[in-house]
Amino acid sequence: MAKVAAIAGIGQTEFSKNSGRSELQLAAEASKAALDDAGIDPADVDGMITFTIDGNDEIGLSRCLGVRDLAYTTRIPGGGAASVATIHQAAAAVTSGACEVVVVWRAMNERSQYRFGQPIVPPSGGVVNVAGNGTGSLLWCMPFGAQTPASWEALATQHYMETYGVTNRDLGYVSVAQRKHAATNPLAWFFGKPITLEDHQQSKWIVEPVLRLLDCCQESDGGVAIVITSLERARDSKSRPVRIVASAQSIPCEVEVISNYYHADLNLMPEARGVAKRLYERSGLTPKDMQLAMIYDAFTPQVLKQLEAFGFCGKGEAKDFVKGGNIEVGGALPVNTNGGLIGEAYIHGMNNITEAVRQLRGTATNQVKNLTNALVSCGMAGAILSNG
Amino acid sequence: MTHNETPAAGPATRPDPVFTADAVFFWEGIARGELLGQRCADCKKITHPPRPMCPACHSVKRETVKLSGRGKVASWVIPRHPAPVGFAEAPIVALIELEEGIRLVSNVIDVGALDVRGGMAVEVRFAPTRGGKAVPVFAPAAGTARG
Repeated sequence: MAKVAAIAGIGQTEFSKNSGRSELQLAAEASKAALDDAGIDPADVDGMITFTIDGNDEIGLSRCLGVRDLAYTTRIPGGGAASVATIHQAAAAVTSGACEVVVVWRAMNERSQYRFGQPIVPPSGGVVNVAGNGTGSLLWCMPFGAQTPASWEALATQHYMETYGVTNRDLGYVSVAQRKHAATNPLAWFFGKPITLEDHQQSKWIVEPVLRLLDCCQESDGGVAIVITSLERARDSKSRPVRIVASAQSIPCEVEVISNYYHADLNLMPEARGVAKRLYERSGLTPKDMQLAMIYDAFTPQVLKQLEAFGFCGKGEAKDFVKGGNIEVGGALPVNTNGGLIGEAYIHGMNNITEAVRQLRGTATNQVKNLTNALVSCGMAGAILSNG
Repeated sequence: MTHNETPAAGPATRPDPVFTADAVFFWEGIARGELLGQRCADCKKITHPPRPMCPACHSVKRETVKLSGRGKVASWVIPRHPAPVGFAEAPIVALIELEEGIRLVSNVIDVGALDVRGGMAVEVRFAPTRGGKAVPVFAPAAGTARG
């Protein structure tokens, strides 16, 4: 029987706006916590995976953990599109036999040290190298005043909103539901701070007419790590294993990260549709088999577009799907029950994966009942995780 | 604002473009006041963003073609906060679908924020940048109602 991969441990630091320590320390603390959670000796780690844009070095982290001998390392491009792809590639590495115990991490001082939300304008024009970012935003958007992730996302979304009559108020329902989840999650930056739809509508425009302040994720300091190994080994570990039932990436031709303007139909998210097709084919499961969806929510429209791409509702229907408590705990499909990147913290998508693990273990703060399968998605990658 | 989007006084403040080696032809054309597309010399497929190989026939023979400069607004937004660097007023950022079937990110000028519409017919103009370069921008096409 083919080897199956599982998540054996999760770890994190506190989520803040000023960690007061180096990114490498955040990576080391989160990784040690994840290994402790799994009950695995850090010396036994033999695989490491992170984002191309993570500021920490594999050798630096292995020196902290006392890793005996790394057998496998890789980095994944595309900013937050790397988040769930780390799980996919860790599972592939483990099931192929390339290595046995993978630590996946993302650690950043993305508020105190630098800010993704501020304009990016190089000091002078000329030839630049943009390898590994997955986006042509610097090349083709920057001199037109689209200099932030919010502006790139909004331009990729306005066409969709006009096609289906989606208003900014409709997007507000996503934010309100996630802030409700964050409000009861002590690990969330916005713990104890729910918002109303009117709060959302009164928040300032970031990019008109698509995104207000309360449509945008946070900027956060913090680290998250996840330990992936074989299901067999994970069963001997300290915590209840979470099985990686299926995982996938999809990057269709002419699709790019965030400045996604060059594929045929701007009303669709072809990469998420590609991920969905592969996940459902590989698992034999359908959208109806998911009791939880953890969806990369850098901005609220991402949630709508992915709900449609993963078949939880039809094209243009997500604006209604997110209303009436449907995406809250107790609703038909709870989404981002930790508060997501909007409500809990922006650790580049990784904290949405750890929430799925807590939910499947039955240890989440906002616990979903009768949970067997959870979808985790970052648009260009996804996984179906299960406790069954 | 004039069609060339020249400020009433003072030098241009818009950031200069940055590019990869495969897009040099595009920006050299813009500097001469020409909107150039990249076309496969063998199968004649037009591609954007530029690339050194044709995805249809895999030829590396690339040629430039003068584009009509006419298109329509496919998507548009106005970045409000934080204020874009190099702009006195928030620009209308738009995705322009050109007649030739490719899309370009640009600005729509000479139209008010309340009057920009998806599907609006536009035609190319050129706007200066701070380092003496230029970028293509788009104004409502002649004969189109102005905002």
